[in-house]
Amino acid sequence: MRSSDTDMLVDKSETVILINDLYKSFEDLEVLDGIDLKLHKRENLTVLGRSGSGKSVLLKIIVGLLRPDKGEVFVLGKNVERLSTYELNSLRLRIGFSFQSSALYDSMNVYQNLAFPLTMNIKGLARKEVQDSVEEVLGAVALSDKIYQMPAELSGGQRKRIGIARALITKPEIMLYDEPTSGLDPITSVEIIDLINEVQRRYNTSSIIITHDLTCAKNAGNRIAMLAEGRFLRVGNFDEVFASEDERIRGFYNYNFIQ
Amino acid sequence: MNESGKKRYLFTRNVDAFLTDIHHGFKFTIQFFREVVRKPFYFRETVNQCFEIGIRSLGLITITGFIVGFVFVKQSRPSLESFGATSWLPSLMGIASVRALGPLVTALIAAGKVGSGIGAELGSMKVTEQIDAMEVSAINPFKYLVVTRVVASTVGIFMLALYCDAVTLLGSYMNINSVEGISMQSFLHNAFSSISFLDLFTNIIKAVTYGFTIGIVGCYKGFNATQGTRGVGMAANQAVVLSIFLIFLEEFIIVQIVNWIRYL
Repeated sequence: MRSSDTDMLVDKSETVILINDLYKSFEDLEVLDGIDLKLHKRENLTVLGRSGSGKSVLLKIIVGLLRPDKGEVFVLGKNVERLSTYELNSLRLRIGFSFQSSALYDSMNVYQNLAFPLTMNIKGLARKEVQDSVEEVLGAVALSDKIYQMPAELSGGQRKRIGIARALITKPEIMLYDEPTSGLDPITSVEIIDLINEVQRRYNTSSIIITHDLTCAKNAGNRIAMLAEGRFLRVGNFDEVFASEDERIRGFYNYNFIQ
Repeated sequence: MNESGKKRYLFTRNVDAFLTDIHHGFKFTIQFFREVVRKPFYFRETVNQCFEIGIRSLGLITITGFIVGFVFVKQSRPSLESFGATSWLPSLMGIASVRALGPLVTALIAAGKVGSGIGAELGSMKVTEQIDAMEVSAINPFKYLVVTRVVASTVGIFMLALYCDAVTLLGSYMNINSVEGISMQSFLHNAFSSISFLDLFTNIIKAVTYGFTIGIVGCYKGFNATQGTRGVGMAANQAVVLSIFLIFLEEFIIVQIVNWIRYL
């Protein structure tokens, strides 16, 4: 499935993430330098950029893991900076986060990894309900047979899938993917891209996908935002972004093409 | 930063880093006391951790405590023999094991086994983003990982210290029995009749303090690990070194306070 197949799902009248004039630096290193961004409902937005360009920092600010130096981030209508711990946690349950390293809990098997966010946040859930939810998301990522395996026994692609399944277990409205295809072979990458599009269609999620992989950007994103030097150089669909004559964008395109 | 863009330090880079570390450690400890009384309480995880800590150190503490008791008697006998006081060996061992040996031996073993284990485990979770994953899943990682481990190490090491007291006495009894032929009943009577309430109280205070120190230092170092796998090793190493240093510092302070109370 290509991202163009899901373009009709996007509801441009509704914004789920709104970022205004966002700045973030670490000591003397300026990472984000006045970012503005809108994510529409049921849209997959790919943020493309080189390593160290601040893509992951952007995701961590959206989910409240990092605080911006300046600017506002509204997620599902709520200003992330102004939320109490309780409100922030309630909001986080509506956001799924798939980590670059998958971040599966080493000491737990797949079932426990998936059940953990549910059992820790929703009191009084019957064992059957937890089991059903785990089986459903495992089915969605096509890894039902791995339910009792330990993370160390899984391949890189399987770990990514389980990471996505764990993010989906609370039925989030927004999915944030941090480098979903990094470290994977081309075939597994395509499978993950298909899964991202399938998640968008099946769970009606709006997503931000952080990547430096053009194949992923082209096939998983309804729109692409090209990040460099702390700013978005261009935002639009794949052809619009790469029609640019900006050397940084051309360079990025050519490098990926050669690769 | 100064005008030329160079970072300015209050003292030197290393001294500033050291003082900042102390400040952060202090804040981390205060956060523990804030979180430990707040809901939710993860009893099951705390019990699991207690069990882990106990199992991880039990074998070593059994062997070490027994050897310490046995050797302590062997080393003390010649001195006591010189003025015909070998009958005081059980009393000496009772006092020595309860006042100092039990908690200290337990703490040193646990600093190596438990402290490094906690530092490495949390450090590894930190650098592989597992702690971030917990946070974005609306789970308080400090509460789930730190509070449970610190409580478990405090309780677990306290219980291990009591066990170590008993094993040290057993080791010393084996040696005394083999040379002086004293009965178990007589040994225990002499050993326990010399122990005061203050000695027991000191034992408890020391064990609890050392257990807390090992837990909080291990968690602090692990929770703040950086620099990938190298950081994990550093966290485990620093957890052990700092725990042992603090244990001796606390030993010194507690002994001063207890002696002051004893001679009031």
